[in-house]
Amino acid sequence: MEIGKTDPFACEVYMTGSKTSVTTDHSATDTGSVDFPQDRSCPYHPPTAYQPLRDERPLARVRLYDGRTVWMVTGLAEARALLADSRLSTDRENEAFPLPTARFAGVTRRRVALLGVDDPEHATQRRMLIPSFTLKRTASLRPQIQETVDRLLDRMVAQGPSVDLVTAFALPVPSMVICALLGVPYEDHEFFEGQSRKLLRGPEPADIEAARDALEDYFVKLIDRKQKEPGDGLLDELIEQRLNEGALDRQELVDFATILLVAGHETTANMISLGTFTLLQHPEQLAELRSDAALMPAAVEELLRFLSIADGMLRVALEDIEIGGRTIRADEGVVFSTSVINRDSASYDEPDRIDWHRSTRHHVAFGFGIHQCLGQNLARAEMEIALRSLFDRLPGLRLAVPAAAIPFKPGDTIQGMLELPVTW
Amino acid sequence: MRIGIDTDVCIGAGQCALTAPGVFTQDDDGFSALLPGREDGAGDPLVREAARVCPVQAITLDD
Repeated sequence: MEIGKTDPFACEVYMTGSKTSVTTDHSATDTGSVDFPQDRSCPYHPPTAYQPLRDERPLARVRLYDGRTVWMVTGLAEARALLADSRLSTDRENEAFPLPTARFAGVTRRRVALLGVDDPEHATQRRMLIPSFTLKRTASLRPQIQETVDRLLDRMVAQGPSVDLVTAFALPVPSMVICALLGVPYEDHEFFEGQSRKLLRGPEPADIEAARDALEDYFVKLIDRKQKEPGDGLLDELIEQRLNEGALDRQELVDFATILLVAGHETTANMISLGTFTLLQHPEQLAELRSDAALMPAAVEELLRFLSIADGMLRVALEDIEIGGRTIRADEGVVFSTSVINRDSASYDEPDRIDWHRSTRHHVAFGFGIHQCLGQNLARAEMEIALRSLFDRLPGLRLAVPAAAIPFKPGDTIQGMLELPVTW
Repeated sequence: MRIGIDTDVCIGAGQCALTAPGVFTQDDDGFSALLPGREDGAGDPLVREAARVCPVQAITLDD
């Protein structure tokens, strides 16, 4: 099959050389002969190989690397219902929890704070953190985010006129912001950015464990130092109000710090790099956005829906669940491919088109239910300020190499650009 | 309209305050709260939308 002629979400850039084969046999989706996860063929579209799954709403079956068949939720309404259903667990220590790649199977310490914990423990953890991520608190950080963005753009312009936007801008913006919020010294960024990459991408189980150990050692030392010389970040607040009061133990605080730092920079960095790439590939929508600054919040929401960078949330059923005429049995695995769910044609007209004027409110790019992204309002503010300032400052921004030559991330991790060579 | 907020369930995502900022806010603990004088929703059509976007269905509406 010639990709691009029959595939409604074939990328304009990557019409040839799809990384994956396409299954056209729809009965295949019921037996789980489509593999999950797969690489995207175009960085901003769902993997071409998921097309038969998109036609199979609201639930399909997919096969994981270890041969296990699990449910894939493909309908938006059902995804929202299931993500909010306490009969689906996110406890990675559960033997039946599905693993997306071999490298996670070798990791022995699988406990993750917040996103790997069910209620009521999860609620206790989350409640300690939500005051720091409210809309008001986020709004108060906007001037500081703007200053960070402006400073990075100054440096980029001085360095230019050709840079890798990932290292010069997309990564340092959220990295600097989360450091300031947590009270982590940004001068350590090369260390923790490198460890975060290893934690998320391996490649070997030993790399993941080593990265986790290194980050934990780092935070143990940082917390010690902060107990002696308090600063004014969220970690300092947690030390003073929770650790010193006995409401939180040291290991929990280290777990919080690790997840907040990793989740706080990797995800937003990918949205900025992939968002920029996507805008450059859609000059009409970019022009419209530049002509009306008030469109930016809606545009960020549409980009969140369209790009769906956290494209593989995992759960295990604790009980039988009836949904969409099917039964998810206890101990069965469930995957949520957000790129498929957020393009459900039952919920969005022409879901494969970017449209700043559509109502995107119900997308699940940040998840749904008790684990919906804690930092979503901060992420929105960062994206708005970063994208607006980037295109204001550099109206001639363009790719420095052909789009098809730019590497992007494989399907088994957060989606985004590995590099983004730009010029202006 | 009577608006109920279950703060035992609320996870402080702030989606209500983002969607209907004329009616909802977040208190100092991050939980959803109603703005003073807007406890009845003030006829704001976005209130229904705010209840729908809540990721944990903490908001109930009683006409």
